[in-house]
Amino acid sequence: MSTHAATHDDVHHDDVPKGFVHRWLFATNHKDIGTMYLVLALVMFFIGGAMAMVIRAELFEPGLQLVQPYFFNELTTLHGLIMIFGAIMPAFVGLANWQIPLMIGAPDMALPRMNNLSFWILPFAFLLLLSTLFLPGGAAAGGWVMYPPLVLQSGESLAFTIFAIHLMGISSIMGSINIIATILNLRAPGVDLLKMPLFVWTWLITAFLLIAVMPVLAGAVTMLLTDKYFGTNFFNAAGGGDVLLYEHIFWFFGHPEVYVMILPAFGVISEVIPTFARKPIFGYKPMVYATASIAFLSFIVWAHHMFTVGLPVGAQLFFMYATMLISVPTGVKVFNWVATMWKGSMTFETPMLFAVAFVILFTVGGFSGLMLGLVPADYQYHNSYFVVAHFHYVLVTGAAFGIMTGVYYWLPKWTGHMYSERWGKIHFWLSVISVNVLFFPMHFLGLAGMPRRIPDYNVAFADWNMVSSIGGFVFGATQLIFVGNIIYSVYFAKSRAPARVWEGARGLEWEVPSPAPHHTYSTPPEIRPGMLAHGDVAH
Amino acid sequence: MSQQAGAYYVPHGSRWPIIAAVGLFIFMWGAAHWLDGIEPEGPLLLAAGAAILIFMFFGWFGEVARESMKGLYSDQVDLSFRMGMMWFIFSEVMFFGAFFGALFYSRGLQVPWLAGEGHGALTNLYLFRGYTGGWPTNGPDAIGGVFQTVPPWGEPLINTLILLSSSVTVTIAHHALRDGNRRRMLPWLVATPILGMLFVFLQAREYMDAYTHLNLTLHSGIYGATFFMLTGFHGLHVTLGSIMLWVIAYRAWRGHFSKEHHFAFEAVAWYWHFVDIVWLGLFLFVYII
Ligand code: HEM
Ligand SMILES: [Cu+2]
Repeated sequence: MSTHAATHDDVHHDDVPKGFVHRWLFATNHKDIGTMYLVLALVMFFIGGAMAMVIRAELFEPGLQLVQPYFFNELTTLHGLIMIFGAIMPAFVGLANWQIPLMIGAPDMALPRMNNLSFWILPFAFLLLLSTLFLPGGAAAGGWVMYPPLVLQSGESLAFTIFAIHLMGISSIMGSINIIATILNLRAPGVDLLKMPLFVWTWLITAFLLIAVMPVLAGAVTMLLTDKYFGTNFFNAAGGGDVLLYEHIFWFFGHPEVYVMILPAFGVISEVIPTFARKPIFGYKPMVYATASIAFLSFIVWAHHMFTVGLPVGAQLFFMYATMLISVPTGVKVFNWVATMWKGSMTFETPMLFAVAFVILFTVGGFSGLMLGLVPADYQYHNSYFVVAHFHYVLVTGAAFGIMTGVYYWLPKWTGHMYSERWGKIHFWLSVISVNVLFFPMHFLGLAGMPRRIPDYNVAFADWNMVSSIGGFVFGATQLIFVGNIIYSVYFAKSRAPARVWEGARGLEWEVPSPAPHHTYSTPPEIRPGMLAHGDVAH
Repeated sequence: MSQQAGAYYVPHGSRWPIIAAVGLFIFMWGAAHWLDGIEPEGPLLLAAGAAILIFMFFGWFGEVARESMKGLYSDQVDLSFRMGMMWFIFSEVMFFGAFFGALFYSRGLQVPWLAGEGHGALTNLYLFRGYTGGWPTNGPDAIGGVFQTVPPWGEPLINTLILLSSSVTVTIAHHALRDGNRRRMLPWLVATPILGMLFVFLQAREYMDAYTHLNLTLHSGIYGATFFMLTGFHGLHVTLGSIMLWVIAYRAWRGHFSKEHHFAFEAVAWYWHFVDIVWLGLFLFVYII
């Protein structure tokens, strides 16, 4: 092989492809693709958010005011699917695209063209999904979990929904393959596995989880498809099948999936806290091992979503203990974040504010998860608003706050300009207050017995629902500040960000200028002492 | 543009991925229309999508093959491709895992419960009295009517032997390629997809026999569902694998592969072994036991 073989074959460094089509539609650049992922996620966040606003408006008062019950169910279903597959996951893939190559000294993702395909499948997938709103019979309305037999009663939408999910799955699998190949194959010499930033570690493990479980979801929904359209009997007891078979397969995917949405957030938080505490992360290796054990355990807890379906007692006990076990590595993480802050010289810029809020509020969600994981307690809580409270704490104040942390943290690196710290703080405080007004009362509603997924409710639940809705409207409106701040940083901000945006930040991404040039590291960077955040290079 | 040695390789932009995304979308959109009985849009869109995808495969893989032969790809790129293929195969394993899981669950737990074992006693008494379970079964309502299963020691056994020998032939071809012996490689390589197609042909005959003589259909309760979905998806993979092997054989004939550089060949070979191993699982758990 000749020497010039190992090169870039025609694009000159630092020149950005000309024209919209070449730059975006034919994109292979990890930064451009990362940007597209993030923009898509933001758009989806607002589409899903608009649905949530309608839901909260309907629940503002008892009685049916705004929407028909069936449409309400369509909204909850689509809200779930869009937030999970359209907002949270693409946002994390966007962060991965931007940051992983920068953090490990790689020129780009390992398979840049496949990267383009993984992204461009997604807008089409959501087109397919959202188009079901206009079909005869409406969109799928059986909840995001799509349990049979209910979901099999959908009208024309079922096939569209399922194919949309297939597309999302294909996209996730390709994206994950790319991330794994990048991390394992493109690290600059000196960036050993156990010197990688924790964000990279959490994504490596997340990508593994995704490749393992997305195909299982594909299998589950394919069985739905054949049951509805080809007369199979997977989920029909009269034919020897079982609706619970679906639940088992779905949650075998579903529980690892919730970790897919939180592990990268763990990674972001593990980057941000050391920076603003000006201390290296406490217990780097335990963090890695904790992430790995969480991922492993996430495969053997799925039936905690099914405690009330009539499983044999032995199975319930097994899944209860396994669920309890997960809180051990999760506790290790929370402990290490706190220990990192301990005696640090902390400052509270917007990313740090979100990170600290994450640690506290995610833990609230973790505790309610623990309560739900206890079989006898879950008999009471299951299918109530308590579950809704739980997963919104881990997903909104967990995953979504993690994303916001990451965006504020790295935005100056991407755009070359600071965002407005003042508006960042306003965004934070309004968010953190309103999100608790929105979700905390749901604990009370759930414990008082309000079921989830209903458009109307007993007047006994009226007070807290009204409070929750008010919190919801404020939280929704507050996110416009987030968008405003991003637009400001991209287009209007004057002050230039330095290469090392944050005083205490360590890691390769801070060695390149801000904004990061279109092509970074056309040759592997030389790692010098002090450049890596964890573990120094031996010389 | 020449650069110093040791530089990273990054491919230039490409229009194929977006074509693939559009093709995939139209394909799926058409499939959904068709399933819902919206005609002629459904079949038309499906066909258009398929055409775009086929066009895309030729274009994209053709471009990659040309770049590869120009020597553009470094060893590092080669390794990325390898990792990509390996993890892709892992995802396929998990896909089949879902269907195997369905088989084990229904056979090992669900059907016995319906028949009154364990905590299923009252369900059986009140809903399915008289149902005794067992395997094969089409459930308490005997959905699809009385049926027979495909005896394992006829065509399935022959198919097992066919697939196993095709794994051997592709390995011999691989060794020949590594020895740089093209003349020995080609016949073995061509033999592999021929065996693959033979397999598919016999499988199709088995299906026809099942439908016409055994009354074993997709509707035959849980047995029919698991049987046809598992063997069907496997057959689809053999078909795809055979097509891939033909492409590889063509490229080998055109002299695209060198002793050292033949990632495409190895990727297809791995895929083929994977398909083979899945079949062994099927033969054991679906046909024999
Ligand atoms: C700290 C460990 C956790 C435990 C012990 C736990 C436990 C549980 C349990 C037992 C349920 C089922 C409740 C029921 O339906 O009755 C549940 C539901 C749920 N959890 Fe968690 N969880 C934990 C962390 C998480 C995380 C990190 C996420 C996501 C980032 C998450 C997302 C969800 C979701 C989305 C549901 C509801 C699914 C649905 O029925 O729609 N959980 N959790
Ligand atoms: Cu779970």
